[in-house]
Amino acid sequence: MVERLPSVLIIDENTTRASIIEAGLSAAGHTRVTVINEMHGIAAKIALHEPDVIVIDLENPNRDMLESIFQLSRAVKRPIAMFVDRSDTEAMQSAIDAGVSAYVVDGLRQERVKSILDMAISRFNAFSRLERELEEARGALEERKVIDQAKGLIMKSRGVDEATAYKLLRKAAMNGNRKIVDVAESLVMSARLLGDEGK
Amino acid sequence: MMTELSAGFLPLTDSAILIAAKERGFAHDEGIALDLVRETSWANVRDKLAVGQFEIAHSLAPMPIAANLGLTPFDTRLIAPMALGLGGNAITVSNRLLAGMKQQQDFTMLNAREVGAALARHVRAGLREGRKRLQFGVVHPFSGHNFELRYWLSASGIAPESDIEIVILPPPLMADALATGQIDGYCVGEPWNTVGVAKGAGHIVAAKSSIWASSPEKVLAVREDWAEENPATLHALLRALYRSAEWCGQPENHADLADMLASPRYLGQPAGVILPALDGSILRPSATGRTDPAATPDFFQPHSRAATFPWQSHALWFYSQMVRWGYVDHTAEHASIARHTFRPDIYRSVLSAIDVPVPSANSKVEGALSRTIAVGASSRVLYLGPDGFFDGSIFDPDRLDAYIESQKA
Repeated sequence: MVERLPSVLIIDENTTRASIIEAGLSAAGHTRVTVINEMHGIAAKIALHEPDVIVIDLENPNRDMLESIFQLSRAVKRPIAMFVDRSDTEAMQSAIDAGVSAYVVDGLRQERVKSILDMAISRFNAFSRLERELEEARGALEERKVIDQAKGLIMKSRGVDEATAYKLLRKAAMNGNRKIVDVAESLVMSARLLGDEGK
Repeated sequence: MMTELSAGFLPLTDSAILIAAKERGFAHDEGIALDLVRETSWANVRDKLAVGQFEIAHSLAPMPIAANLGLTPFDTRLIAPMALGLGGNAITVSNRLLAGMKQQQDFTMLNAREVGAALARHVRAGLREGRKRLQFGVVHPFSGHNFELRYWLSASGIAPESDIEIVILPPPLMADALATGQIDGYCVGEPWNTVGVAKGAGHIVAAKSSIWASSPEKVLAVREDWAEENPATLHALLRALYRSAEWCGQPENHADLADMLASPRYLGQPAGVILPALDGSILRPSATGRTDPAATPDFFQPHSRAATFPWQSHALWFYSQMVRWGYVDHTAEHASIARHTFRPDIYRSVLSAIDVPVPSANSKVEGALSRTIAVGASSRVLYLGPDGFFDGSIFDPDRLDAYIESQKA
């Protein structure tokens, strides 16, 4: 007999992240995957989909509410318990590190759920990596802008060319054992505070 | 050398002791570098504490009890070696519900008995006329809010599970839910009642201190194995938190404390909505009704009345309510697990060593003190009470079975 793969509900207000998990699960052969981005009327939606597994991001402030919905359904309908095998703290550790949690219908075999959680964890991690890289790229752009501004200030006040201005900046950083961008930042900041245009 | 401790907290005024311990240097003085991490749900606090991302946490008092009774996803045992204050919650209802209650009968705001009676009449009228059941929000099933709201409703003649409906909502969403009519009232910690009032969404009709005076709310939760492996760190932490609680309790520090908590890193709310809970002005007469100051002498107590002592009678009362509402079966073993989750022994050994007055008993009869009295302490004088329930009933931890029996429907 062919066992059907469990149905999965992904609750994530971050639509991009939700869709990359959904794509991963589809690629692994899961056909019954639903994504909910909007928390309004969530109880009715869960009742409608009757998921076997629910994946939720840890940043969602509605986790306490969702758990209570599961608790209620334990009394009246299908029992839903927290996924992790109670003894398997390692799995929970990696899930929490990744920022994801999962709940499953009681009685579903652990190995059938594990692949789903593993997928969610790896996709969550990949997403955070991506976000970090974007953040760094954005930061690098900002840094260059600040240094350019500082160079401009030095060029104006000292009447030097760009290369000399940069050398002065680098020297000040080296003497103070600081990063060039930090020196540039404080220069720009103090110029703003002192009202650079008045000079 | 500094010991780094990671602590989870939720943006609530009763996280004050942890936050002031860091900001005012009490933790630093004891060699502890506190890393305070704001969380979005109690489930996150519980999970991260259990897997070791947090060493310590600002926790709902019933949460470690629930964990040790096996009602949460982990086997990790938790203990509460210290409480983080008394009181601090209130019940807020929508303008519409308040008007409906007033139509039934007049009452004094914050008088839990009178407000409860008016609500009961309104609820009965609603059921007779086939109106939709009222919905009240609380933040978590295993919370002081849930249990005190249910206690108040029941003692007022309202069945919390059939006459009305109790739903779970995160604290910061309560005021908006009330304003948009999704819920009719809520029981939550500060500043979220004051925020609701400031938004014009409703009015505070009862304070936790008017339902059960000097009642427990949040505790310091730590893993039992961590406490056993790091006794020196735990002891240093308790000393730091005690000093912080002392500072938080001084009226002259309330304005500074409100400013500190207002920071975007902590509560991220204006100091103006945080201060009323700290200085007690939250209980002053509002535009819609008279208040009864005698019924609620102390809204939130971070320090006085042994506010940080983890009474085992408090743990057992929460346990009795978990049994009452069907979360767990009553057995002698369960009661023992609940009782021993709170660790007054650790608190006493650490704080009596620095000459702090500490209760010499681990439990007390809740509801025995109708006013503040001086009691025997291990050193110096300690003031306790009042600690009564609004309906005059008594909880004697030595008569737990009878209490549970008396509350059976």
